[in-house]
Amino acid sequence: MPDPTRRERLLGVLKKVTTAQLPADDGESLFESGLLDSFALPDLVSALEEEFAMKVPDRDLNPRKFDSIARIEAYLDEHAS
Amino acid sequence: MPAYIQCFGMHAPARVVTNEEIGARVGKVPEWIESATGIKERRWAAAETTVAALATEAARDCLRNANAEASSLGMIIVASGSAARGFPGPAAEVAAALGLEATPGIDVPMASAGSLFGLVIASRMVESVGDVLVIGAEKMSALIEGAPLDPNTAILFGDGAGAALVTARVGRWEIVDAVLHTDGQFRGDLAWDGASALKMNGLSVIMQAARKIPGAIAEVLARQSVAAADVQAFLLHQANQNLLVRVAKGLGVGPEKIFSNVARYGNTSSASMLIAAAEWAAGNPPAGDVVFGAFGAGFNWGAVLARSR
Repeated sequence: MPDPTRRERLLGVLKKVTTAQLPADDGESLFESGLLDSFALPDLVSALEEEFAMKVPDRDLNPRKFDSIARIEAYLDEHAS
Repeated sequence: MPAYIQCFGMHAPARVVTNEEIGARVGKVPEWIESATGIKERRWAAAETTVAALATEAARDCLRNANAEASSLGMIIVASGSAARGFPGPAAEVAAALGLEATPGIDVPMASAGSLFGLVIASRMVESVGDVLVIGAEKMSALIEGAPLDPNTAILFGDGAGAALVTARVGRWEIVDAVLHTDGQFRGDLAWDGASALKMNGLSVIMQAARKIPGAIAEVLARQSVAAADVQAFLLHQANQNLLVRVAKGLGVGPEKIFSNVARYGNTSSASMLIAAAEWAAGNPPAGDVVFGAFGAGFNWGAVLARSR
């Protein structure tokens, strides 16, 4: 059963690593939109690991997996407890 | 048998390429380049200068610093990802330039982590072959020059060479322990095919490097029960100042512990760690532990713990 607060927690994580306005479209690239720069990506992954008490393995450190809110939600659906 | 680093050497080409110059060519303002990379300028070699020529200059500098003759060497190792020729690699040309006619020369064509791997190979070889000169040399400008320049790589890279003399005789730092790793899953994310422009998936490189560099350092420190805070200095591959800051954060130490000269040389790939070591050693007497670390194409990465004697 998905955590009903997961989306709010995810948006909270994104607001921790950027001060920019979150995109209205969940599919919009966080990097191409300028919301995150390349060095915010490791911070985003670390913050996700902390918030969702999970470990993102090195093989999953693929920018495409964290490129948009929709993709991060999909990753969390699969991996977060 | 223990292995020791006697001293370092380096060479940087004379031509300075400023952010103003490169920014004008790739459509980026100098201030943005500096904030994104920490780089203010880099050195580019002349068109006719080869990787081997850069390597030879660094080798001679290191031998001068060691008060040693090339004839005393039992082996040379040349790390470079930017050598223009597939084979023979630059080690043979460097050996010839140093006047060596039968001394083995090994090429390590793995780019940014090459000099770190070379250092570890040397530490295992000194017992059998004698003194080993490890050189990292790169002409990265040759990989990015072309029309049009790729802004993502053109702003980063520079040319240069660094060297370290490793011996079985007691020297300034004993190589205490080392960890080396390779993960080929991401081999396409940072690659050069020898003909076309360098390809780099910057996001992937940063994601992996930001975890793997502090991870390898933590691994070697834990094995030797050394706290990161007690290390005199971290002498790392100089990829990007923002990455170095994140490595410091990952290790739980202040950024001042991470020696940085990336502002003046840019990312010189395999040369950068030894250039950093040479500059650091020139201004800092040995006083405890130093850690070397690098990450690069492959991905290959690792760390070396060395202790002053």
